[in-house]
Amino acid sequence: MIPTLAAIDWHAVFFLLFAAVACGGAIAVVAADNVVRMALYLVLSLGATAGLFFLAGAEFVGAMQLMIYVGGTLVLLVFGVMLTAQAPFVSIKTTAGDRALATIVGLGLFGLLVTAGLSVEAWRQPGSHRLTEPAATPIGMALVGVRVDAPPANAPAAAVRSGYLLPFEIVSVHLLVVLVGAAYLARAKRRKTPRAIEVAASAEPPTAVAEHAAIGRSAGRAASVLTGGSV
Amino acid sequence: MTGLTVLPLATLVGPVSVAHYLVVGAVLFVAGVACMAVKRNALGVLMGIELVLNGANVNFVAFASPYLQADGARSLGLDGQIIALFVILLAAAEAAVALAITLNFYNNHATVDVDRADDLKG
Repeated sequence: MIPTLAAIDWHAVFFLLFAAVACGGAIAVVAADNVVRMALYLVLSLGATAGLFFLAGAEFVGAMQLMIYVGGTLVLLVFGVMLTAQAPFVSIKTTAGDRALATIVGLGLFGLLVTAGLSVEAWRQPGSHRLTEPAATPIGMALVGVRVDAPPANAPAAAVRSGYLLPFEIVSVHLLVVLVGAAYLARAKRRKTPRAIEVAASAEPPTAVAEHAAIGRSAGRAASVLTGGSV
Repeated sequence: MTGLTVLPLATLVGPVSVAHYLVVGAVLFVAGVACMAVKRNALGVLMGIELVLNGANVNFVAFASPYLQADGARSLGLDGQIIALFVILLAAAEAAVALAITLNFYNNHATVDVDRADDLKG
């Protein structure tokens, strides 16, 4: 029997789509040797992860993921790729032994994580599919120290819930320090070898400059005569 | 059949739950760890770090979501989303500093191969 459109669980369909793109992109990042393609696959993977956040009801985090990660961090990475993408470094091959060892270790770690994730009964229950109000206002208020979101269902009645003003301040100062530090690390250094225009200027000074220098020398002699000193 | 009782993979065929998100997070995490270990390009190592942080973020958001939690189960609530936001911000800061270090390394050594960064080797 062909299911009608209304009978399809679109949440599951989109979850499978985004999960496949996210996991496939992540594995492609590992498998690719070309650094430019790695950046492209990373964009796909992180974008699909933002879709997963939307599906989980965390639309503000998903939007931030798109804006900061995909729009900011990855543009930064692509700039790094472009600045360092000389021909011998675009694809640096990994030896087959390292690749096999990483595959074994990775599969072992993956088995461990999946076993741990599936071992808890409560996490395997199907979701309640309970819709909540948009999270942007509660997050914004909580960042300035005021909680407007509903407390958890089985929380103690008199529980005091703190906002996130202190972490917000710490992160803002952290970002400022990082901005200054990154600008300091990446600033343009003074060149050791003179540039071509400086070489040309030092080889043959123009006549006006030479005359001015001669006047300066004679004036210096006159001054040394006046003061009786020897320069 | 015994494998299914030890590792209940059959739950992954059912409706979307927190466990599905945990599996996706595990794939992202393991891919990131392998990327950090295998890549010899310094920018590839940076991409691996981004993948690891993203895998952790998937788990935080899944635990924070009342949509995915079963009825009566206690979710992280707003805490998980705030933690995920802070992880995204700190990942951006980390990428900026690490990229500055990488560009400095490139200017001094004319390569981005991390195997060549052995100046401090005794």
